[in-house]
Amino acid sequence: MNEWIDILPEQIDDIIQIIREQYGYDFGDYSRASFTRRVKHCMQAASVKTVSDLQHHLLNEPSFFNWFLQTLTVNVTEMFRDPIFYKALRETVIPRLASYPIIKIWHAGCATGEEVFSMAILLKEAGLLDRTRIYATDLNPANLEKARRGIMPLNALKEYTANYLRSGGTEDFSSYYEAKRDHVILDSSLLKNVLFSQHNLVTDQVFNEFQLICCRNVLIYFNKTLQNRVLHLFYDSLVPLGYMALGMKESLLFMDVRPKFDTIKDEAKIFRRKS
Amino acid sequence: MVLKLLEQLPETFPFALILVLHRQKSGPSEMDKVLILNKHTKVIEPNDKDLILPNQVYLAPQNYHLLVEDNRSVSLDYSETIHYSRPSLDPTFESAGDVYAHRAAGILLSGSNHDGAEGLAHLAKMGGQAFIQNPAFSSFPAMPLAGLQLVPNATLVKPSELINSLFSI
Repeated sequence: MNEWIDILPEQIDDIIQIIREQYGYDFGDYSRASFTRRVKHCMQAASVKTVSDLQHHLLNEPSFFNWFLQTLTVNVTEMFRDPIFYKALRETVIPRLASYPIIKIWHAGCATGEEVFSMAILLKEAGLLDRTRIYATDLNPANLEKARRGIMPLNALKEYTANYLRSGGTEDFSSYYEAKRDHVILDSSLLKNVLFSQHNLVTDQVFNEFQLICCRNVLIYFNKTLQNRVLHLFYDSLVPLGYMALGMKESLLFMDVRPKFDTIKDEAKIFRRKS
Repeated sequence: MVLKLLEQLPETFPFALILVLHRQKSGPSEMDKVLILNKHTKVIEPNDKDLILPNQVYLAPQNYHLLVEDNRSVSLDYSETIHYSRPSLDPTFESAGDVYAHRAAGILLSGSNHDGAEGLAHLAKMGGQAFIQNPAFSSFPAMPLAGLQLVPNATLVKPSELINSLFSI
C-alpha cells in the first residue's frame, strides 16, 4: 500500500513558485485539486517522502524536473475515444473542411498523439489527408517524441478497434498499423503531414489560423480563469466559421466566449466560431 | 444499495450527495437515466467546473475521476485508473475531505476491490465522518473490509439505516 502523503495548500503554492521561477512553466492557474493529486502522484512514484525533499530536488536537479514534468501532466489518451464524437466529425465537420484547398487542424494538448492518429485516419478515409496540415502540440517534449514515433501498446488495440468501428469506421483497422511483439507502430504515411511541436497553452500565443481546433480533456486541468483565456486563444486562432471540439464533459456554458460560438453538436461538444 | 439510498432521500436535503460508482469505462450508459427515475431526486452528471450545491445528487461521469475544488466546484480528471477504476472513490473522498473537512461525510458501500479505503481514511483524518456499509450486510464485502482496516473507527451502517445516519450528523 502507498504511503499517504499530506500537502498543505501553501506548500503547493511554493512548489508552483519554484517551477515558475526556475523553469518557466506556470501551473498557477491549473485546477488545484487535480494538480495537488498529481504532485502527490509524483512524490509517490519517486519515493519522495516530504514536501521539503521535493522542493530540494526541484531546486537542484534539472533532470529530476524533466521527469517530474513528464509525470505531473496527465498523458492518458486513447484512439477514437468517445466514438460518437468521431462519428460527428465524420458526418458533420469533415465534409465542410473538404471545401478548403488546404486544411489546417490544431490538436492542442495532444499527449502521446492517439487522437491525432485517429484524426489522420478519418482524413485519409475522406480522401483529404494529402491536403491537410495537422499541428499537434503539447507542453511535454517526451509526449511529442513518443507521438512522432507512432508507437502504442499492443494491449490497447482491442479497445481502439472497437472504438473505431463504433465511430462508423468500415476499413480493416489493422491495416493502419504494424504489430510488433508488445506494441504497434502506426503507418508512418498517416503522419507525414503532421507537425508535432511544443506549445504551452498558458504562455504561448496564436501561431497560425485553423479551420478546426481539437482540445479534448485538456481544459479540465485548468481553473476557470485559464479556461477562459485559452478559449480566447482558440477563438483568435480560428478562421470565421472554424470548428472547435472540446471534451465530452467540458462546457462553454459560463465562459465569456460563449456568445461568439454556435453549437454544432452539443452531445459531441463541437462548436463553431461565428463569422 | 444506491437505489435504496436515493429512494429514502426526502424531497429536500441540506447537503450535496456525490455518487461514485464503478461503472463500465466506455459504451453508452443509462446510469443517470436509471437513477433519475427515483421520485423527486434528479441525478446530475456534472460537467467540469460545475458548482456543487445542496439538495442535489451528483453522479461521477463515466471514465472521469471526480474531484472537489476549494471553491466548491467539480474538477473532472482523466488521469490513470486507480484500482482499475475511473471514476475511483479515493480521489473524490480525498478532495472532499480537503475542502469540506468536518462537514464532509464519506460512505463506503459494498464493492469488490480496495478502492475508497485510503480516501476515506484521509477524509476521516481531515475531520470528516466515515461510514462503512456493514460487511455482514454487503453483497461484496471486500471494499467495506478494506475500509475498516484503514478506518477502524468508522460507523458501520446497514443499508436501511443509512439515511438516518446522514441526517444525524
